[in-house]
Amino acid sequence: MYVFSKQFSENGRYMATQKKAVALISGGLDSLLAAKVMLEQGVHVEGINFYTGFCVEGHTHAIRKKDKAKPKRNNALWSAETLGIKLHIIDIIEEYKQVLLNPKHGYGANMNPCLDCKIFMVGKAKEWAIENGFDFIITGEVIGQRPMSQRKETMPVISAESGADDLLLRPLCAQNLPETLPEREGWVNRDELYDFSGRTRKPQMALAEKFGFVDYAQPAGGCCFLTDKAYSVKLTDLWASRGKRDYEIDDIMLLKVGRHFRPKPNFKLIVAREEGENNFLQGYKKQFITLRTMSHKGPLTLFDGTANEGDFELAARIVARFSQGRDAEVVDVEVTENGVSHNVSVKPFAADEIQEAWRV
Amino acid sequence: MIELDARRLMCPMPVIKTQNIIKTMAVGDCVRVTCTDPGVMQDIPAWCRINGHTLLKTEEIDGEYILTIEVAAE
Repeated sequence: MYVFSKQFSENGRYMATQKKAVALISGGLDSLLAAKVMLEQGVHVEGINFYTGFCVEGHTHAIRKKDKAKPKRNNALWSAETLGIKLHIIDIIEEYKQVLLNPKHGYGANMNPCLDCKIFMVGKAKEWAIENGFDFIITGEVIGQRPMSQRKETMPVISAESGADDLLLRPLCAQNLPETLPEREGWVNRDELYDFSGRTRKPQMALAEKFGFVDYAQPAGGCCFLTDKAYSVKLTDLWASRGKRDYEIDDIMLLKVGRHFRPKPNFKLIVAREEGENNFLQGYKKQFITLRTMSHKGPLTLFDGTANEGDFELAARIVARFSQGRDAEVVDVEVTENGVSHNVSVKPFAADEIQEAWRV
Repeated sequence: MIELDARRLMCPMPVIKTQNIIKTMAVGDCVRVTCTDPGVMQDIPAWCRINGHTLLKTEEIDGEYILTIEVAAE
């Protein structure tokens, strides 16, 4: 079944137009199903996926070599390919800063501004829909699915504050919500939409089975690093150390990599955990002071901050702890700043000398 | 042949850069994208399949991943 609206052309004759929906595609099951429900109703669907820099869907969590045994796919691309629709991936890194730094509705359990984020993304999708001649917007939201952004009370807030109003349709829970324009106008059949609610995933899994979706993404901790406690702690530490709440893309990438230590307020160390991270941190050698063990194999370490007297020795003792010379009397560590290197010979810290308070 | 340098960018940024440059290119034009994130070897081919563009060649040379794409019609 195809849904066509009748429009009059300039000469007064009928033109049939297939209705077009832009679907927010996260890569998860819900957005996959929401888009499929619309395709089943004959709507032309294209996907849109926003990249904030904090998306787990990126490959940053595949930097570590141990993760490379299983190739990491981008689930948003996989969803689009499975659905047979186009996917438009939009870089919103810069614009997203205002969402994260000044969320009107505050943060969730960690640094996740989920409600503001959803409002922002739906608003961007509406802008995109207008620019590209699309008729309405769909999301995979389900009432009660998420504690902050997907609640009965927040659904109208998202519709209103994004500016999408009744052009925003949630196919998976539409029957629990007031009719939207696409339903009233008959562009979609409300009876063939769904009434999912709550945190259970069973209805979604049953629908996935009905559609023949097998290899869909299994959510494990959300789609955003900002919902992660350890990541949020590192982000607030970054802001506290700089005395201002701001960030660049390299900052937020580096928070995903390595062990982080702040033994003194004026500097932090990012110590690679294994070869994959070592290779990744190599790309930052020109931007940071680096430490590298010379007498023993060990991790590349970035020194983020300014060094006072004795700081390189302190840093070198920490780095040496994570080298193969951890039990040696002396480890030679090369410190490189602006292309100029000097060596520091230190005794590695014992395990119990690495203070818990230093770990970020 | 247009050259696109996407080194040091993590996915999906190389895909976004590829997508954005292809929007400015004519049908039949080619772009060669050079990347350092191995994830592009999955993501850019997937993006090409979705959008109908032709992936002419993939290469891995000295830790860099090079993909050559021919632009198809919308």
